Amino acid sequence: MSIDLKTIKHISKLSRISVDEKKAEKLAGDLNSIFDFIEKLNELKTDNVEPLTSVAETTLKLRSDEVKSKNLREQVIKNSPKENEDYFVVPKVIE
Amino acid sequence: MSDITKQSLSELVENIKNKKISSSEVTKAFIERSEKSKELNAYITEDYSNALNKAKQFDEKPNLDLKLPGIPMAVKDLFCTKDIRTTAGSKILNNFVPTYESTVTQNIWNEGAILMGKLNCDEFAMGSSNETSFFGNVQNPIDKNLVPGGSSGGSSSAVAAQLTPITIGTDTGGSIRQPASFTGTVGLKPTYGSCSRYGIVAFASSLDQAGPMAQNVKDCALLQEVISSYDEKDSTSIDFKRNDYSKELTKDIKGKKIGIPKEYRVDGMPKEIEDLWKKGIEYAKDCGAEIIDISLPHTNYALPTYYIVAPAEASSNLARYDGVKYGFRAEGENLIDMYEKTRSEGFGAEVQRRIMIGTYVLSSGYYDAYYLKAQKVRKLIKNDFDDAYEKVDAILTPSTPSSAFKIGEKTNDPVSMYLNDIFTVPVNLAGLPGISIPAGHDAKGYPLGLQIIGKAFDEQNILNIAYAMEEKINFKNNITDWWIK
Repeated sequence: MSIDLKTIKHISKLSRISVDEKKAEKLAGDLNSIFDFIEKLNELKTDNVEPLTSVAETTLKLRSDEVKSKNLREQVIKNSPKENEDYFVVPKVIE
Repeated sequence: MSDITKQSLSELVENIKNKKISSSEVTKAFIERSEKSKELNAYITEDYSNALNKAKQFDEKPNLDLKLPGIPMAVKDLFCTKDIRTTAGSKILNNFVPTYESTVTQNIWNEGAILMGKLNCDEFAMGSSNETSFFGNVQNPIDKNLVPGGSSGGSSSAVAAQLTPITIGTDTGGSIRQPASFTGTVGLKPTYGSCSRYGIVAFASSLDQAGPMAQNVKDCALLQEVISSYDEKDSTSIDFKRNDYSKELTKDIKGKKIGIPKEYRVDGMPKEIEDLWKKGIEYAKDCGAEIIDISLPHTNYALPTYYIVAPAEASSNLARYDGVKYGFRAEGENLIDMYEKTRSEGFGAEVQRRIMIGTYVLSSGYYDAYYLKAQKVRKLIKNDFDDAYEKVDAILTPSTPSSAFKIGEKTNDPVSMYLNDIFTVPVNLAGLPGISIPAGHDAKGYPLGLQIIGKAFDEQNILNIAYAMEEKINFKNNITDWWIK
């Protein structure tokens, strides 16, 4: 298989990472060599294999639905690059 | 005492408990040595004055019943530390100061240890040489311009150079064991679910585990005892009976069955690695272990599986870095433009590459062909280990397919960099514990490691085997302090 520049542009859009022509070409080269390596998995027949989603063979514990930490507003906003009083500030979304 | 930094953790603990040295003396000694070792670039953030204050406080009212009484230590910069900058080696978290503490580091402070600083690592733990860090390369104390391994490269360099008596790293595909092997130190990746992931900057959540790195097996066992705990803040933390690993440590491994997997004899493996492995088998026999040939038939498929599963999970974990809630922001013309510029300028090349791979394998039309396929092969890899453990108690392999390489040697070829983790990745995919111990040197005098892989939750057993073999191997690290002028 081959990942072309159009595909790179599409993935970059999905990833929300802007990519210029030069970077796109470099990425296409890298991803193609990585996927050549990944294609090895196609040697294996896996039709009847159950996918492994977690190695931790345990059932999730239930807990009561109660508030354990309160008044975190200041902490939550503390590392924001831009805030106004208790709000995160982002570029205008609605015209 | 001029040779404080040469003492092992166990010696320091004993000397502090016997009041032969104070926490302040120890802390001062390690800080002084760290200050003289800036060329290694092992630290991202230093917290020396706080450390000295805490040591002083400890000495005024020493609690000598603790497991790490007044012991200073630096930790990988992937663990959130309250009020101390935590960067994950990334520009995007350059100014991030957590308002909470990771469970693993909290466990350490609860036992009396003192934070000295945060150690360099590959960006978001994605790398095998510490070269992807936004904060620059780390030098391996073994030789100039040699990588210390990765992603816990600052940690391995700092332990080998004795800038910290012990440390913790994280291991998603080999990030504790490979750097330990490259620096002649000991590193343990515990069973998935043994150490809480709460407060660790996430990379690939089904694979990430924190673990100890130390100068010897006994120190490693003690630190594992401290950091491993059940934690309801991590839904994959497992509630099982944990041993007092250091107290129960024994060199008596007579009759233990140790498996040798033939598939780990990979093409192009240097003869010195093959020889090291053979020597390791002899050491294990000398300790009274029984050697059994085993097969792990899907070994060759582990790396391709890992390079689907890990980037897929990373692409989803790293979606949170959007320039809104925390971290770096690049201004943009509109919201989407702001997101795209923030992530393009904030993440380094390797992280962007992995996010792209992950996004692609999870994208519409490709999910079944890649992600689901990888999860199925992951099952086959785990089944291999389950079958092997019907016959053996542990498995012995080399830790890495080569010794440490030069800075810059593999940066232009991602696949050759990924091959470094060929012996460590299967262990993460199966969720098992694995330990790397130094076992010899190559022709250049660089250290080489052996890996012992255990059954799930059987850390005690692999620590015991490592402890017994360590004595027979009698490894000496050759550190010349070349970076100290």
